[in-house]
Amino acid sequence: MVKKLRNFFKGTYLGLMLVFLYAPIIVLMVFSFNDSKTMGNWTGFSFRWYEALFRDSTIMSALGVTFSVAIISAVVSTVIGTFAAIGLNSMRKRPRAIIENISQLPVVNPDLVTGISFMMLFAALGIRDGYTRMLVAHITFNIPYVILSVMPKLRQSSNMLYEAAMDLGCTPWQALTRVVIPDIMPGIVSGFIMAFTLSLDDFVVSWFATDGIQNLSIYIYSSARRGISPKINALSTLLFVAVVTLLLFINLKSIREEKEADIQRKKLKTKTR
Amino acid sequence: MKRTVFAYPYVVWMLIFILAPMLMIGYYAFTSEGAFTMENVVGALTNEMYMQVLLRSVWIALKATVICLLLGYPIAYLLSNMKKSTASLLSVLFIVPMWMNFLLRTYAWQVLLSPSGLLNGLLEVLGLPTQQFLYTESAIMLGTVYNFLPFMILPIYTVLSKMDRSLIEASHDLGANSVTTFLKVIFPLSIPGVISGITMVFIPAITTFAISRLLGGGKFMLYGDLIENQFITLGMDAWGSGSALSFILLVLVLISMAIMRKAERDAGEEGGGKLW
Repeated sequence: MVKKLRNFFKGTYLGLMLVFLYAPIIVLMVFSFNDSKTMGNWTGFSFRWYEALFRDSTIMSALGVTFSVAIISAVVSTVIGTFAAIGLNSMRKRPRAIIENISQLPVVNPDLVTGISFMMLFAALGIRDGYTRMLVAHITFNIPYVILSVMPKLRQSSNMLYEAAMDLGCTPWQALTRVVIPDIMPGIVSGFIMAFTLSLDDFVVSWFATDGIQNLSIYIYSSARRGISPKINALSTLLFVAVVTLLLFINLKSIREEKEADIQRKKLKTKTR
Repeated sequence: MKRTVFAYPYVVWMLIFILAPMLMIGYYAFTSEGAFTMENVVGALTNEMYMQVLLRSVWIALKATVICLLLGYPIAYLLSNMKKSTASLLSVLFIVPMWMNFLLRTYAWQVLLSPSGLLNGLLEVLGLPTQQFLYTESAIMLGTVYNFLPFMILPIYTVLSKMDRSLIEASHDLGANSVTTFLKVIFPLSIPGVISGITMVFIPAITTFAISRLLGGGKFMLYGDLIENQFITLGMDAWGSGSALSFILLVLVLISMAIMRKAERDAGEEGGGKLW
């Protein structure tokens, strides 16, 4: 009896916390289908805010900026970061420690400070173009994360591989692209995904670094400051659904792979018997 | 050809885009028309309004951190006691909201709390007078807690679920009841998780600026808003004082990180070990 009561309280607590976390999101999604402009006042089901969303050229261009910056910055930072990790890995301790410490700065620094420092640097260098500014800023804060995810893989793989490849007649470039890089591929891929999501989600650094153009975060911030528009509800709904689908897809894939591995293992067992 | 060469492009990039901007903050914070001065930093530290804003930011961040700990620890604890499969599913549920842009999450609360919003609608239905929820200090607190709660749950859950269960059984075998076991065994062992949870909530909370603007309506400036204001609204003339404010914020962050590191070391090595 006591145990049942205790379980009931446990379940209630977790349930309430989930309600706290999800209620705002669900309300946002429900009211994206509302016919009326005022929130909290349900006047009927409609897709009009979704139509308005796709006809809004400001939002569509912000969407374009967000995705193109995310893709380009992820690719560039993955390339630079991977080569940097390979170089660092064969450096002597001293210079390596210095470089690694400096490259940790954007990770440790509050985003706000990173953003401001970019703003001052771009002004000093005379880089005016807003898109270039955002791209450079995103590449810069992405690289340390790529290095962080490639480094452990490099440590696992043997230092001899590169030399062995060269002894067998590879040029340095061939040794790198045919031997070293395939060996650390999982680290490179997870670095790329991380860079892509970080860039997609960034607001603070972009807000300070860029000038004159908007990505989605900047658009949301400046329009939410002016007041609430159901168009943003529709946008949030689409983005949230996209992210959750992606997550489910990735998770289901890994679960299925695990299951298949399990079945294979069982088959092997019965065979050996 | 030595492999170190491959790092050179990054080294150049790093010097221009990481090191140089940081040095610029230092430069602008400590010079005035090219000459060294402490004026900016001293000015920022003695300005009564600035100090008020700083104290408010620290106070709100502290309160939000404590609330996150009080709400998050039980969640992490309950999750860690569940069956592995249920626990991993539920922990994903607690993380999913983090995958939504934090501005959208904050905006969602703006919608809920607004005068014509759902919460006031609910009060009306119940026949109660409507309240001003939005643009209050409590709204900022709520937004901060909401945004950073998963950062508290995750590290504590990781430590608790890696904990050696036999220690708890041993404690029970030696005659301790559940409360004593929790206070003397489970909680002390989870301290590394608690500390990184506190770090991961307190530091972003103290440097935030958008939450206070959206939920506080600009009435309750935080330190981040102050810095933003210097750079965005006031422009180049305020770079000196703005850099000084950023410098102070950075020092504050480094101090709190040093405190957490020390607390972690004091907690000893027997804890859950490395987190991530």
